[in-house]
Amino acid sequence: MVMNYMLSEEEQMMVETARNIAVEKIKPVREHYDEKEEFPWEIVKEFAQADLCGVYIPEEYGGFGKGIMGLVLVVEELCKVDGAIALSLAATALGTLPILLVGNEEQKKRYLPDIASGKKLAAFGLTEASAGSDATGMATTAVKDGDYYVLNGTKCFITNGGDAETYTIFAKTNPSKGARGISCFIVDKGTPGFEFGKKEKKMGIRASSTRELIFKDCKVHKDNLLGKEGHGLMIAQATLDNSRPGVAAQALGIAAGALDEAVDYARKRVQFGQPIASFQGIQHMLADMATEVEAARALLYASARMIDSGTSKRTSKESAMAKLFCSEVAMKVTTNAVQILGGYGYSREYPVEKMMRDAKITTLYEGTSQIQKNEIALNLIKESAAKAK
Amino acid sequence: MKIIVCIKQVPNTTDVQIDANTGRLKREGVESIINPYDEYAIEEGVRLKEKFGGKVTVITMGPQQAESSLREAIARGADEAVLVSDKAFGGSDTLATSYTLSSAIKIIGEYDIILCGKQASDGDTAQVGPAIAEMLNIPHVSCVKKIEVVDDNSIKVERMMEDGYDLIESSFPVLFTVVKEINNPRIPSLKGKMAAKKAVIKTFNVDSIGADTKRIGLSGSPTQVVKIFNPPQRTGGEKFVGEAKDVAANLVKRLSDLGII
Repeated sequence: MVMNYMLSEEEQMMVETARNIAVEKIKPVREHYDEKEEFPWEIVKEFAQADLCGVYIPEEYGGFGKGIMGLVLVVEELCKVDGAIALSLAATALGTLPILLVGNEEQKKRYLPDIASGKKLAAFGLTEASAGSDATGMATTAVKDGDYYVLNGTKCFITNGGDAETYTIFAKTNPSKGARGISCFIVDKGTPGFEFGKKEKKMGIRASSTRELIFKDCKVHKDNLLGKEGHGLMIAQATLDNSRPGVAAQALGIAAGALDEAVDYARKRVQFGQPIASFQGIQHMLADMATEVEAARALLYASARMIDSGTSKRTSKESAMAKLFCSEVAMKVTTNAVQILGGYGYSREYPVEKMMRDAKITTLYEGTSQIQKNEIALNLIKESAAKAK
Repeated sequence: MKIIVCIKQVPNTTDVQIDANTGRLKREGVESIINPYDEYAIEEGVRLKEKFGGKVTVITMGPQQAESSLREAIARGADEAVLVSDKAFGGSDTLATSYTLSSAIKIIGEYDIILCGKQASDGDTAQVGPAIAEMLNIPHVSCVKKIEVVDDNSIKVERMMEDGYDLIESSFPVLFTVVKEINNPRIPSLKGKMAAKKAVIKTFNVDSIGADTKRIGLSGSPTQVVKIFNPPQRTGGEKFVGEAKDVAANLVKRLSDLGII
């Protein structure tokens, strides 16, 4: 039994729907997609058909209107079974959030309904080869030319890259202004001058595509500028405040899935004439894993509820805490699950080695654990200084 | 295209227990679900609607609690639901059930296609679908594994046979019973579940379907169940265990010793 987090009837509906898809549709094919590194289009269709693609998008744009909490619940449930396939949906949320947060009415009407219905996927393009944790180091430029901006540069490690239709891309409109010289654009797949580079070969999340985006004199109409010129970095930060709970949910789901596998195995595996679950050494490991998973869930749900309540202007600290804690727990719990399964855990015959590989990304992308700590500390200091005034 | 799907609520178990004293199915503590074959009928109806437009009406005969199965059918994409429920229908066999459902279908009115699952997982008779067609005096094809609408006046289907399939063409209206090979039912969608929550389920009773009371319930059921019992579990037998190679060798030796092979 999981703890009662007083989910509404509609929230329970989302969890149930996600669980049905995870168990009935994803579980039978998860090994295939991990092994072949193919994009899981057949499952994306299932997400679309079941209305899962738009859980966080307001109803007026065709979504289910259940906010970040809705996204978190769905991603967690899907990732209990597979931490990679759900990214088609979760990374689309990341790419969509800039439109949701700062898009004008026309942009929202143009893009959100197709994303909510699952007809189109989205992707978020911030990272570059020399601009990871430090986004201000980006080299991609957008030069104004009449009604258009001309984009030049290369983005890397873009989740859903090549498979998504809608991209939110960050580029420097005024390189001399540093952090205030970055702007955000919506770029459609197929725009002349917008091409895809190499696909990464990865340790985990192999059912998710990660590609380079290449812009060569790519003309983007000024109607596709999101927010104001120069506000790009702020938009990126606000997006990450809202999207990091999604990564945390992925981590939590993977951890919860690994815990279930470990408990199940420990009950059935007999050594020295008794199930290994009867050994206190194993019991204490399982107890720690279960406690950490539940603590992670409580922190994540509280953060997601705080974001959705809109009571706080910025939720950087809380989002970072949820992401930091959930992803570190995911690494610990999946590593211990492999330990409990022993040689079988290391074998691809059991799903825990994949869970451990998939879990690692959650401590890295959308800001490493170290960057989350910077964010938390910075906000702590700011809050304290504000009180001292 | 107007489509009617007949469903049945059944206990969620393939291992139905029978009460030794009453000879009836033990339903206590067993969750009720839509008969699995009927899920394929609902899915096929919804797919036909999505392809050709129209409406899917789902109908069931049963106690009030069968309403939950009708709501699930709406979550799976059906538009309307009709519950045919009356104490007087209690004890119906397949003949009385077919009569009752066909009477209700006449009240619903126009339809092009009626879909049923091949059989129910509890009774396993496979009679109600074809019997409804007979009572409505329309053609039927059972064990359909593929439906292909040809034009406004005719429809082609594939009927599953043991050694392949028959290709059958029919006029409208027509009734099909479907097998699980026909499709892969969808997961109920969020919007479907919301619609199911809000849906108003129409309820028909004996009066509203204008049924002949001699043809419904127990009095309309020529089938008399004399006794239901669990056949005794087989005991004994020989079991060969060990490595596959040794087991196979031992089994062959034993069978040839017995003169079977």
